[in-house]
Amino acid sequence: MSRVKGGVSWRNTPPGTVTFGASAMEVETGLWRSMRPVLDLEKCVSCLKCWVQCPDASIMTDEDARVCGINEYFCKGCGVCQAVCPAGAISMRPESDFSDCGKVCEPDKVMQLVKNTGMVGELVGS
Amino acid sequence: MGHSAERDEADTNRRVEMTSGNLAFAEAMRQINPDVVAAYPITPSTEIPMRFAEYVANGDVDTRYVAVESEHSAITACVGASVAGGRVMTASSANGVALMHEIFPIAASFRAPIVFGLVNRSLGAPVNIHCDHSDSMPERDSGWVQIYCEDAQEVYDTVMLSVRLAEHPDVLTPVFVCQDGFITSHCYEPVEFLQDESVRQFVGTREPRYPLLDVDNPVSYGSFTMSEHYFEIKRNQIEGLNNVSRVYRELSDEYVALSGREYPMIDRYMTDDADYVVVIMSSATGVVKDVVDDLRREGVRAGCLRVRMYRPFPSGEVREALSGKKCVAVLDRSASPGGVAPLAAEIKSALYMSPDRVPVFDYIFGLGGRDFFPDDARRVFQDLMDMRYEDGARYIGLLEEDD
Repeated sequence: MSRVKGGVSWRNTPPGTVTFGASAMEVETGLWRSMRPVLDLEKCVSCLKCWVQCPDASIMTDEDARVCGINEYFCKGCGVCQAVCPAGAISMRPESDFSDCGKVCEPDKVMQLVKNTGMVGELVGS
Repeated sequence: MGHSAERDEADTNRRVEMTSGNLAFAEAMRQINPDVVAAYPITPSTEIPMRFAEYVANGDVDTRYVAVESEHSAITACVGASVAGGRVMTASSANGVALMHEIFPIAASFRAPIVFGLVNRSLGAPVNIHCDHSDSMPERDSGWVQIYCEDAQEVYDTVMLSVRLAEHPDVLTPVFVCQDGFITSHCYEPVEFLQDESVRQFVGTREPRYPLLDVDNPVSYGSFTMSEHYFEIKRNQIEGLNNVSRVYRELSDEYVALSGREYPMIDRYMTDDADYVVVIMSSATGVVKDVVDDLRREGVRAGCLRVRMYRPFPSGEVREALSGKKCVAVLDRSASPGGVAPLAAEIKSALYMSPDRVPVFDYIFGLGGRDFFPDDARRVFQDLMDMRYEDGARYIGLLEEDD
């Protein structure tokens, strides 16, 4: 078993630090998070301020462009969404409060979450 | 180096001109006609971009010449042009090289096959324009190939070889073509040039693997990379250097057929039966070879080993050449303050696995262009013959209190 999840052997690594299109989709920046945003849909008014301000496009929206969740695969926990929320619908809680702290999402689930953000149509890779 | 191999009949119409190491480099650039040159001239390499800019202005080449505001910008523009897919060349020296340092490992990691005229000059302070190797040696771990030339002819021929070596798919690594400031770069000597058409055929055109300008196959260079991939990328890069000696031998065979001139990675001068060998690099080698000739006439089995390729370091060849010698002196033209000088460290490391323990004496010479005379070389050989070993480096030509 590889000691690095998703790792590629050095012989099969493309030369020149080259990465191919849309590889940002594969990078789990959510691993950096120490504070997790928790969304209370009862309070959310779907004003989309968080959707506009999120630096990682982690705010997910449904078919009617209403806020429906937060993509924890990419969310770095910066807290901007909480700061801009006029309804007090987002709270920041320490990762250690959660039983799934540090668990890695399944790639298929991640791609579905990304599709749910409405920011991409066709996904490259995976 | 040898001059005896057979020549290709197609290239018999040669021309020989009196020229310098710098101008021989610039003439090679004219014949290669690179896509992009970005440079910020600095003594003693100034003449390379200066002469090449004339070729550009006169329409002798169709290179895009980028006049930039610093050496850091020069090498940065070179990296951009190289990953875009172009054939790229530049030149610099001393503190100009030092200012470029941040970008050198990036160029190597991007596998940007830039060919770089590095005209060796001492690194300030104090400011000094003359030769030593304190500018190129700090780059020995930057991931570039380093080749040190003895004379202007070798500079010219090495540029040709370096274009092919750098761009070879198994190597894909930038190359420093080093020559000694003023001694080689400015002194005039006869240099034999290939025909323009022969050069065009030898260097061909670059076939980049992942050119940034190929919009149908988009790629990114230098993306942020966490611990999952960095280690493998660096190891993959190191393999490019590991492949150099095989690829270089193949290219050297091809080039000797074209030019009649051959440049092994190490230049052995009467080392086979020698008891005492002086190891040295670049232009000062000629002084040692002359003294070897004198000593041979006196019945001393002296020899000289010139290290031409420093990165990758040809450890196996060096070990084979020096094993079994009575003792060896290594003359470094730069210091590693507080440690063993760069060439001596490599030689000792190469000899560690030799069957017999070969004593190695360390010397530092020629810093800031301090002259190196035949008597200096003779004294080194005398130290070897008398087995006058000293712990740590000795300094050749340094003034002491009673001098």
